[in-house]
Amino acid sequence: MRKAYDRETTPTGKEIFRTFLRNVEVADGQDVLICQDTGLPIYMVKIGSKFSVDGARVSAALKEGAKRATLEHPFRGSSTHPVTRVNPQTSVGEGLPIIYWDFVPENDFLDILMVPKGSGSENMSAMKMFIPADGVAALKKFVVDTVLQSGSNPCPPGVIGVGIGGTADLVSKLAKEAIARPVGSHNHDPLFAKMEDELYEAINSLGLGPMGLGGSVSTLAVHIEWAYTHITQNPVAVNTQCWPARRARAKIYPDGRVEYGF
Amino acid sequence: MATYTLATPLTEEVVRKLYVRDTVILNGTIFGIRDLTQIRIFDHKMDPPVSLKGAVCLHTAPSLKKVGDHWEKICVGTTTSGRMDRFTPGLMEKYGVRAIIGKGGQYQASLEAMKKFGGCYLAIVGGAAALETNQIVEVEKVYWEDIHPEALYQFRVKDFGPLTVAMDSHGNHLYFEIKAQAEKKLPEIYKRLGIPV
Repeated sequence: MRKAYDRETTPTGKEIFRTFLRNVEVADGQDVLICQDTGLPIYMVKIGSKFSVDGARVSAALKEGAKRATLEHPFRGSSTHPVTRVNPQTSVGEGLPIIYWDFVPENDFLDILMVPKGSGSENMSAMKMFIPADGVAALKKFVVDTVLQSGSNPCPPGVIGVGIGGTADLVSKLAKEAIARPVGSHNHDPLFAKMEDELYEAINSLGLGPMGLGGSVSTLAVHIEWAYTHITQNPVAVNTQCWPARRARAKIYPDGRVEYGF
Repeated sequence: MATYTLATPLTEEVVRKLYVRDTVILNGTIFGIRDLTQIRIFDHKMDPPVSLKGAVCLHTAPSLKKVGDHWEKICVGTTTSGRMDRFTPGLMEKYGVRAIIGKGGQYQASLEAMKKFGGCYLAIVGGAAALETNQIVEVEKVYWEDIHPEALYQFRVKDFGPLTVAMDSHGNHLYFEIKAQAEKKLPEIYKRLGIPV
């Protein structure tokens, strides 16, 4: 954020960045929430092949943890029934928390990444099934247009996560994985790393600026995650992350040691 | 781009002085409202139990806790204003609200109401709830507790802001302006990305 503050050139944008940075200082200093929307809990779990674990127990523990974070700590209960709108004030419920499982050869630890996702940014998500005839240009246009339409709503400048390929469900998941990467990291494939740079430059050229009130920094990073797709398909998804881009990681080792990080 | 430190309630005269990009710092009382608060006022036709004449309303669903008969703040932040666009003209015309504090802005009907009745939209920095909570000195009163956290909240604030005037009473709309400028740049951006126009 400090680096982005230096890149910002407009007086309004600079002032908003100063507020971002002061807010982080206050939240750190007083040990209070940075933002009231503690979102829906999303866990990305990677099980190492040298780490033996009962997945069902991990799943139950994550659900219980999200619940306790809300009942015993200052997480706001933001989960609700989609039809009755009844809020259990627990952050969980049918289908929640969201848990993505993956397996990593060689690792001797359990890696849990928690991403609390607020609605200001999540509500701006978009997905589209293009066709091969639309080409790569259609994907790039969709990303730029989605960011422009989102405007100030997702609390920019945050991370623009882009999913390319897969199926309708996978492309959305890829976009979510993209926002969860360390800010400014690049895709391992040079083709997509180059596309990340191109889209980063394009989105910042829009001039939306911090909080969409105008300025030179409209996004901190564009991250792309991709997968092979069907010969008749050309899917793309955009998942937007807000400027606080909250993330917390725990690496749990077989001896019970836990390393916390981001 | 002037900076104003204003005390609530606001008068029409004060609001008419404000233009987009000005900065406002507020002292006094502001009212917290959200979707359900306004659904109750306008769809269920219940008048607010407190006068909102000259009021500044904040789009929020605060985390508070009740200790005895007193409410203590935990975390008060701002929510997206676009969802509550249809209520703003009524707040200004019927109840005399002068300013909305929110994030993301509102649309044409709200802008027209601001022009007609002398109102404005003050953009707060979204996601900066730690700072915002510190600037709230006290939760003075909670009306309609049965719909907490979407009740009607009366907060006493000190040096609340900085807030950017994003919609003014002269028909200026900063978000529309920024978006229009971005749209003008699109053909050049598309060209650089190899997108046929």
